Amino acid sequence: MIAQFGYGVLVLAFLMALFAAGASVYGYFYGSQPWVESGRRAMLLTFPLITVSALTIIYLLVNNHFEVDFVYSVTSREMPLYLKVTALWGGQAGSLLFWGWLMSAFATAVALRKWDRDREFLPWVVFTCCVTLAFFIGLVVFYENPFARYWATLSGEVTKAMWQPAGSALFTPPDGQGLNPLLRHLGMIIHPPMLYLGFVSFTIPYAFAIAALVTGRTDDRWIRITRRWTLVAWLFLSLGLVLGSRWAYDVLGWGGFWGWDPVEIAAFMPFLTGTAFLHSVMIQEKRGLFKHWNMLLIILTYALVIFGTFLTRSGVLSSVHAFAQSAIGPSFFIFIGVTFVSSAALLIYRWGSLQSETTMTSWLSREGLFLLNNLLFISILVVCFLGVIAPLISELFTGQKITVGPPWYNRTTGPLFAGLLLLMGVAPLSAWGIASYKTLGGAIWKPSIAAAVLVVLTAIYGYTSPLAILGFFLIYLVACVTLFEFWRAARARGRSTGEGFFQALWRLLGRNRRRYGGYVIHLGVVCMALGIIGISMFQLQTQKSLAVGESLELAGYTVRYDSLAQFPYEDGRSVNRVVLSIFKDGRFVRELYPRFDVYPSGEPSTIPGLYSTLAGDLYVVLVNWEGVSTASAPLKVYYNPLVSWLWLGAFVFIFGTLIAAWPDPEPEYESARVRARQARSQPSAAD
Amino acid sequence: MKKRILWLILLAAGVAGVWAVLATSTTLAAGRAQKATPSDDEVNAIARQLYCPVCENIPLDVCPTQACAQWRALIREKLAAGWTEQQIKDYFVEQYGVRVLNEPPHQGWNWLIYVLPAFFLIGGAILLFRLFRSWKPPVPDAQSQETLQSEPPTGADEYLKRFEEEADKRK
Repeated sequence: MIAQFGYGVLVLAFLMALFAAGASVYGYFYGSQPWVESGRRAMLLTFPLITVSALTIIYLLVNNHFEVDFVYSVTSREMPLYLKVTALWGGQAGSLLFWGWLMSAFATAVALRKWDRDREFLPWVVFTCCVTLAFFIGLVVFYENPFARYWATLSGEVTKAMWQPAGSALFTPPDGQGLNPLLRHLGMIIHPPMLYLGFVSFTIPYAFAIAALVTGRTDDRWIRITRRWTLVAWLFLSLGLVLGSRWAYDVLGWGGFWGWDPVEIAAFMPFLTGTAFLHSVMIQEKRGLFKHWNMLLIILTYALVIFGTFLTRSGVLSSVHAFAQSAIGPSFFIFIGVTFVSSAALLIYRWGSLQSETTMTSWLSREGLFLLNNLLFISILVVCFLGVIAPLISELFTGQKITVGPPWYNRTTGPLFAGLLLLMGVAPLSAWGIASYKTLGGAIWKPSIAAAVLVVLTAIYGYTSPLAILGFFLIYLVACVTLFEFWRAARARGRSTGEGFFQALWRLLGRNRRRYGGYVIHLGVVCMALGIIGISMFQLQTQKSLAVGESLELAGYTVRYDSLAQFPYEDGRSVNRVVLSIFKDGRFVRELYPRFDVYPSGEPSTIPGLYSTLAGDLYVVLVNWEGVSTASAPLKVYYNPLVSWLWLGAFVFIFGTLIAAWPDPEPEYESARVRARQARSQPSAAD
Repeated sequence: MKKRILWLILLAAGVAGVWAVLATSTTLAAGRAQKATPSDDEVNAIARQLYCPVCENIPLDVCPTQACAQWRALIREKLAAGWTEQQIKDYFVEQYGVRVLNEPPHQGWNWLIYVLPAFFLIGGAILLFRLFRSWKPPVPDAQSQETLQSEPPTGADEYLKRFEEEADKRK
């Protein structure tokens, strides 16, 4: 009954989304405002409908309704409540419904904004959002139904269906399979929502871009409207990627955070075009250039968002031939094809109206450097795309499966990322329009010297490989240039307004949030780059089986096997927990407790023992497939230099985005404050 | 101006050449002497470069399945028998196909994978450069600036002086 209710509400939402799309477009072509308004309201209505449907699934999940196939596959009785709720996105069907729910939430937020100044955009924004929404809800309604239940015939055959087949009765398994233990980690609980938030919220700038193309209002109005949306979307996507990396680091037990797995790359590709877009729109706002680029970048971002969801969910990556077995694969493929081709056709149709307002005069001007920025991001995108589809193409055309792994990716994208770092260091010093080697050279030699000094200091700590030295130099260059920019601007402001340095710095952040927020984000990025270089180029590892009392050495640390505890836990898993003592240069540092758990379903999960410092992480895992005992505990130990900077950088990143996205006070209020402050500081002048 | 372009092209070619060389370099095979029992680290050094023949994108040294444990034991056996790293990798390729390698082998169509990125980057750069050249403002702009100027730039007007120099170079 409840399952049928949830499904019915979802079907209603699907029809509502289709209606909204149709009504708004009808209203546009027939110049009928009431129809457009009807479309907008229908879009608003999808949100409560899908919410009710999602709540229904959550109700079924929490109350152990194992006759529902989805509930059976992702929950079990022993799971705690919060895991049962978050199991909504622990499986295919629920995940797609969750995507749809987020899409309707964002569509609602867009529908509720003030549309007075942009009435012409409304029909097409509603259309684009609702077509996307209808697609995902449609997938759930027709192909991946979380409300389907088990039916048993008299002969004992069990089938899965939404409606009761003739001659069968409802079948309720006694317990569910339970959530894959790898997913029972805080990072993995937040990672899908974050990533989906990023994916979904990039649909909004795309919707406005389509609206701009259709209506012909291709000036920067659509960019100004979506400025904050893009920033927030980008933040969520970045956080989703970072959380996924942290999960891989904590739970997968191979000592790394990024394996260039196609599923990881699937989420990374829209991040690349999204970041390029974020930067490129600034040039359109300031100089009226790159209009074609911006349209292309946002169209690509949307296509890659859907493509990323497709790659992860359709099974195409395990085999080209497997993907056609579920109807999801072809549906995604067709949807991406249709939307990409129509968007491209629109862009070509409006190509002429996207002419630049000024011209770029020098490669070293800010515009020129941003153009190089776009080129580099697109190149990295091409590399990633090539690496992901090469195995598929190879299998399709030659029948031979190949693997494109980290060595190829690192070698091919490494120089491109280095180029991006260099741009991060040089661009803040560049000027609009005019530039020459002399002007840039004059600005950059001081930070370069400072960076070189820091590189020498770093090399003393043992980081001496030439590529790493280059990487460190670029990182320090960006840090020095960025910090120098802050210092210089705060000093200049302090001099002119008489404020103290820190007060000037604070006011500065408030006056130009986008620029200084952006610089803080760049500082976050270089911290992350530091961590990435450390762990990628200087990781040390060793594996050894120890008996109690024995120890092994790595990177100056001694790891001693003290004791073993093997016991069952309350949720039915059997735990193997090893106690290790860590010594550095003979001095006791702390104990670590790596674990190997086996769940009732037979699935294992390794939890590493982790000792983190800014200089590096000592990471110990039990490699249990060889069996753990007091006579022999097979341990794998990694030393990951500088990796904590990666996670720290993420926090700086978030802080920077908050600064950049913080709403500015109203202009009238702002000028009143300025006048009041001036009056206070110069009482004589006010007379 | 032409000379600068030539230097840039040379620099770009040099960078592309270095990149192509790095991209096609293979890892040096490390010869191993016959050992009594190869240590886990020695096995992992080879296993790390191979992928599990049956699992999805999992390197052989971290794959937790029984099958992978057996394959690692196989590597250990072969190392103990005196096989070199390259011989062991070739053996796996023979048995399970080229998908066990962490990079496509440098043969046949796979060369495309190594060469396309450089092509794209350089091609993109050339395309942009040529587009940029067609955007540059026609010379009359600089000339009209000159004629509008009624007096020569003062010593203090550094920026304008520099602009004049740049404009002169482009005449």
